Amino acid sequence: MSQSKKIRVLVAKPGLDGHDRGAKVIARALRDAGMEVIYTGLRQTPEQIVAAALQENVDVVALSSLSGAHLHLFPRVTALLKEKGLGDVLVIGGGIIPAEDIPVLKAAGVAAIFTPGTATAAIIEFIRANVKRT
Amino acid sequence: MFKEKVLKELQEAVPAWEARVQNTLTRHPERSPEFTTTSGIAVKRLYTPLDIAGQDYAHDLGFPGEYPYTRGVQPTMYRGRLWTMRQYAGFASAEESNRRYKYLLEQGQTGLSVAFDLPTQLGYDSDHPLAEGEVGKVGVAIDSLADMETLFDGIPLDKVSTSMTINAPAAILLAMYLAVAEKQGIGFDKLDGTIQNDILKEYAARGTYIFPPDPSMRLVTDIFAFCSEHVPRWNTISISGYHMREAGATAVQEVAFTLANGIAYVEAAIKKGLNVDKFASRLSFFFNAHNNLLEEVAKFRAARRLWARIMKERFGAQDPRSWMLRFHTQTAGSTLTAQQPENNIVRTTIQALAAVLGGTQSLHTNSFDEALALPTEKSVRIALRTQQILAYESGVADTVDPLAGSYFIESLTEEIERRAMEYIAKIDAMGGAPRAIEQGYIQREIQESAYRYQMEIERGERIVVGVNKFQIEEEIPQELLKVDPAVRDLQIKKLKEIKAKRDNLAVRQALKELRQAAEGEDNLMPPILKAVKVYATLGEICDVLRGVFGEYRAVESI
Repeated sequence: MSQSKKIRVLVAKPGLDGHDRGAKVIARALRDAGMEVIYTGLRQTPEQIVAAALQENVDVVALSSLSGAHLHLFPRVTALLKEKGLGDVLVIGGGIIPAEDIPVLKAAGVAAIFTPGTATAAIIEFIRANVKRT
Repeated sequence: MFKEKVLKELQEAVPAWEARVQNTLTRHPERSPEFTTTSGIAVKRLYTPLDIAGQDYAHDLGFPGEYPYTRGVQPTMYRGRLWTMRQYAGFASAEESNRRYKYLLEQGQTGLSVAFDLPTQLGYDSDHPLAEGEVGKVGVAIDSLADMETLFDGIPLDKVSTSMTINAPAAILLAMYLAVAEKQGIGFDKLDGTIQNDILKEYAARGTYIFPPDPSMRLVTDIFAFCSEHVPRWNTISISGYHMREAGATAVQEVAFTLANGIAYVEAAIKKGLNVDKFASRLSFFFNAHNNLLEEVAKFRAARRLWARIMKERFGAQDPRSWMLRFHTQTAGSTLTAQQPENNIVRTTIQALAAVLGGTQSLHTNSFDEALALPTEKSVRIALRTQQILAYESGVADTVDPLAGSYFIESLTEEIERRAMEYIAKIDAMGGAPRAIEQGYIQREIQESAYRYQMEIERGERIVVGVNKFQIEEEIPQELLKVDPAVRDLQIKKLKEIKAKRDNLAVRQALKELRQAAEGEDNLMPPILKAVKVYATLGEICDVLRGVFGEYRAVESI
């Protein structure tokens, strides 16, 4: 019986906001769903996040921002990932993100944006269905 | 509280009634096999005098304005003066925020509450690389005294009370406020307001810390000492449960961890040589008002009684004002849903009602669109109107502590107090709140509760209307507030102008004196005040302190 490799996820808090309840709940839910989860902690620059993604060899980067800086930060992460040859890493995002910003983020390479009220089960399902690496 | 005879009769009558209810239950089972509050306290079918048989009115409740203040800190409560309606606001630039404050004052708001952007909260000027994308987003950007002068332009500081949500660099923003007052020709003794200045909960939940705990506690107590001498009416700290609750804490944990932090501040100030009665009356608190109406009311009452007992019995405070837990309340932002956002107006109303029934001194009501974006002027107005309707139409402000004597409320107040005391004893055994935070204990307790809450929602055990039940297909909401990204450029331009215009020699000298003070043990408020007055920037001042104190790095666990 072959056992598939565990999906590795980096949960990251780019920018300066300290609201990490959502990030931590999701980190824990992904771990309980059998994934390997690394949480960066607060106040990470896009450069630090991408360095961590590279070093930890992750399949997924999950970004959380509640300060309104997502349009600035998320595309920077996806661009840097591509630059480092990690263009196949699945990037998802969450937080207080106005609906009109979602297409902009998707165009920048964020595969999905999960706004308040999303069940962790939906995120787990999305990751399993869309992860490209492994 | 009840006659022996009554209780004795009830000891037989209540079980007999329960037995009769069993017949009903077989035909009509209850909605759930058990009911609990958010803190996991079991809620019984019925409460009777038996549940509060041990309560002693004089000892446990007393009168409003009297120890142990269970019924409120003022004798007449809202019959005398309504709570302060204080909406937290701050947008983009100082100019724009100033306009919003004037608008809110015209609309009948009675106190200002300043939100700062994240670079300001973390001690970075707007031109710092980490500030990119964050300037003016969640509050106003303040780089130097010049911005503060603009922020309060045309607002006489002796006529308003101002609350500033600022923690790690609280001393600097307070110094800027004092400098503005001086320029308006207003004495420090005429100033009313609050700085949050609660660094412990930043490590535990809110995340905007800069320095390690020890120098941070020094800054906190330097402010206590300076204000007790020079700014006597200022609330030197707002010991905050709000953010821990938002991060997932239960009502019991909110009370326990907040008061444990309060104990740590009192101990630090006493250790510094301050007399408890000299500073304790200026300590204020900040709580969350969540959805479970009755648990919240009981929570506020329990917190008030427990703090009074701690101050009197544990710290030996003599001045009654030192015993009083005065608090600000904000409705729970984390309960707002992005789905069917208008429903949030109703949630906020229930939460605000809890705060008023719980005897709050001031209140912020959230705007219904805050799960989507920063609030618009219209949604902020509805939030303020919610308070005004409670104040002027509902009648709940017309008598003191109207829910007192309810068997359930009194029983729940006792239970919350008892469970909070257990937590505090545990934290004491760890060496106090700073050590418990360093060990990650408080953070883990909060995370555990947050996760449990989320899983209850996902399993459908906890209903969130519009989210996991009663959903509809919705259109994308319009009319959301957008922050102009040009704010950062504007702010950087202003910084350049200030740096060119000011006396740079005086700035260097002031920063040098600040460094020397930081390396020694002198109170840091005077050198900070001197530095802000010559227009040293927030970032420059924080860099000096970062150089001496170092920066804190959290250990993360999930």
